[in-house]
Amino acid sequence: MPYQFTVSPDFTPSHLAGWFIFNTWLQRQMSEAIHLEIYHDFQAQRQAIENDQVDLIYANPFDAAMLVREKGFRPLVRATGVSGEAIIAVNHESKVDNVVQFDSAVKVAVTDAPDIQMMGMIMLEPGDLDADNVENINCQNYVLVAKKLFNNEADAGIFLESAYDELSSIVKARLRIIVRSQISVIHHTLMVGPRLFDKSEQLHELLINMQNNEKAKGVLDSLGFQQWETVDDEEMYFMNDLVDTLLV
Amino acid sequence: MLHDMKLEDIVGDQYKEVTLDLYGGFTRKIIYTEIETPYPDGKLIVSTTDKQGIITHVNQSFVYMSGFEEEELLGAPHSILRHPDMPPAAFADLWNTVNAGNKWQGFVKNLRKDGGYYWVKATVIPNVRDGEVVGYTSVRRKPSLTKVDECIKLYPTLF
Repeated sequence: MPYQFTVSPDFTPSHLAGWFIFNTWLQRQMSEAIHLEIYHDFQAQRQAIENDQVDLIYANPFDAAMLVREKGFRPLVRATGVSGEAIIAVNHESKVDNVVQFDSAVKVAVTDAPDIQMMGMIMLEPGDLDADNVENINCQNYVLVAKKLFNNEADAGIFLESAYDELSSIVKARLRIIVRSQISVIHHTLMVGPRLFDKSEQLHELLINMQNNEKAKGVLDSLGFQQWETVDDEEMYFMNDLVDTLLV
Repeated sequence: MLHDMKLEDIVGDQYKEVTLDLYGGFTRKIIYTEIETPYPDGKLIVSTTDKQGIITHVNQSFVYMSGFEEEELLGAPHSILRHPDMPPAAFADLWNTVNAGNKWQGFVKNLRKDGGYYWVKATVIPNVRDGEVVGYTSVRRKPSLTKVDECIKLYPTLF
């Protein structure tokens, strides 16, 4: 039975092919069958985790604690210099320049990416906005979040920074950023599950040396990464503690 | 070790002096002003301490907002941030809560090295490793101005 690999569903569309290229490279290097399953939303992915159908995962920071505590996963590596920052943007014609200027109840367009939604909500708090007076408008992707802002169907939108950057210039011209997070310590992590523990050292060696090999470096390029760096248990615990503090 | 504040570090001519009794049974001379440093948008102040409240890690936002150098913060008690306007009952509640293994959250007026202050919404959780509390993580974020105004009215009544 092949090992099961999955990727946090919040990857940017331009990197979808990159994950398949990475998986093909990984199978050749490991001489193991690894099936890459892409889930289109977090709920479906969590169900697969719950059913023990995942052995290797590029995990959202929000899910990392659950993977460690409930499923016994261990951290391997993270992409150097890549952190999931959030942006709050409004329609470019909005009169709001700062979250404190929002009305006492607002509609906010969001995707289901839990870390980005959490950080966005934290950035709305100084404006006395929280779950009690924010109505979430759920969108399948960030283009649809932008569309909700154009159409004045939402007062604000919460974006993953890298996804916002990838919006076309025409789209971005119709939006305005009012606040962006600079947290830097919350990141996605490649993690291994119990079925792969006996191969985790081999996997780790392969990954942290990718940038030293021309072909493997090309695989990293297709993911938009420069290199992988080790995430040890303590760093993982620290990030999980940090996320715990933000969940209230 | 926590030193008394020095006049040469204070920014501004208008200041007050007071001696505070701090957690751990020691005292510190505080010199403070009414100069507020606004909390920057989108940032988190992060620190960890050991079980005794001695700082073991700070991030750059902590360094920037506190006005201290990183080297001055590491090894110092977290009460280096203790502002005289904060009621002791708030910190007693914090320690009671985290010592019981729970998460504490509250609005805190923090003291800067230069005598000024900044308000935060603080969350503190115990760091549990192999079933044991080994320290605490504190994360501070930008507070609601409405909540801060409520605390400005409430806290003087708690002394």
